[in-house]
Amino acid sequence: MSKTPHVMAISSAGGHWVQLMRLRPAWSGMRVTYVTTDPGSEEVLRQDATEAGEAAPGFATVAEANRWQKLRLIKQLSQITFLLLRYRPDVVVSTGAAPGYFALRIGRLLGARTIWIDSMANAEELSLSGQKIGKHVDLWLTQWEHLARPEGPFYLGAVL
Amino acid sequence: MIFLTIGSHEPFERLIKAVDEWCAQNGATPEVFGQITDQGIADHPPQHFEAVGKMSPREYDQKFSQADLIVSHAGMGSILTALSKGKPIVVMPRRGHLRETRNDHQYTTAKHLGDRPGVFVAEDETQLADVLDRTLATLEQCRNAPVSQVAQPQFTAALRSYLLTNTFARDGVSRGQNGEESFEI
Repeated sequence: MSKTPHVMAISSAGGHWVQLMRLRPAWSGMRVTYVTTDPGSEEVLRQDATEAGEAAPGFATVAEANRWQKLRLIKQLSQITFLLLRYRPDVVVSTGAAPGYFALRIGRLLGARTIWIDSMANAEELSLSGQKIGKHVDLWLTQWEHLARPEGPFYLGAVL
Repeated sequence: MIFLTIGSHEPFERLIKAVDEWCAQNGATPEVFGQITDQGIADHPPQHFEAVGKMSPREYDQKFSQADLIVSHAGMGSILTALSKGKPIVVMPRRGHLRETRNDHQYTTAKHLGDRPGVFVAEDETQLADVLDRTLATLEQCRNAPVSQVAQPQFTAALRSYLLTNTFARDGVSRGQNGEESFEI
C-alpha cells in the first residue's frame, strides 16, 4: 500500500473496548477514528493523547443496544452506516460486539478492509457474531490458539 | 476499600446479595463500594454498602485505582483492568442456565484465566465469602506487578503489518487478502 491507512476502530463499551484499547500499538501513528457506545471514553482518549504528545484521535458514539432491542439496533446500524459514509476508513477493525458486526459488514460493502478480533472472553467457542462474521471479513481472528482452524479463525496472539 | 463491579449491561443479583450478606457479617471493614447497574439499584439496593448504578470511565478508573481488592463478575474488562493495575480480583461468573448471560462464556473465562496470579474464582455465591476471606487474609502476597497495558507485542506487530501491507505472517506463511499463500523469504 502506498499510503498509511485510515483505521476505524469500533466496539461496544466495557470488556470489548478494554481489549480494543490494548491493541492501540497496532495503529499508533496512523489516522484513527474510534467508535463506541459510551461518550465518556472520549475524555480518556484525549487525556492519553495529550500525555503521549499526540493529536486527539477521531471519536464518535453510537446507540447502545443488545440483541433483543430491535429499535435500538436499527438506530445503531443507521448511525454506523452514516459514520462509515462520512469517514470512509480504509480499514475497519473490531473486537465486538453488535456495533463491530454492523461496521464490518457495511464497511466491506463500501470497500474497506475488515478485521474481526473475537473477544478473549470466548475461550471455548467463538461469539455468535464472531461465528457469523467469518466469511464476510478479510482477517478473522480468535485470541485462543485452540480455537484456530486452518480455514479460520486464525490466531495471531491475544490482548493479554 | 473493596471495589465491586458487575459491568454496565445487566444486574447481577446473586453476587450483590452475597457481598451484602458478607458485609452484614463483617461490619464496616473493609469498606465496600459497588457499581451495580441502575436496575440493580432499583430492584435490590444493597443494605450494607454504598453503591451506584453506573460510573463514567474516568470515575471507574479512579475507583479501580484506589481499591485494595476488586470483586467482579468474570468479565474480560474487569479482569484485564485488574491485571494491568496489579490489583487482586475475586470473580464470580455469570451463568447461562440462570440467564445471567446468554451462554456460559464467563464460566469458561474463569476456568481459563482463574489460574493467573492475582485472580481468584468463586464458582458461585456459596463460595464467595470463603474466597473473599481467604484473599483478604493473604492480600499482601496477592499483590502482583501490573501486567503490560497493551496486548502481546507479536500480536500488535502482526496486526500493524497487516494494516500496512495487507498480508499477515503466520507460522512463516504470509497470507494475502484472498487467502492465497506465499512463503516468506
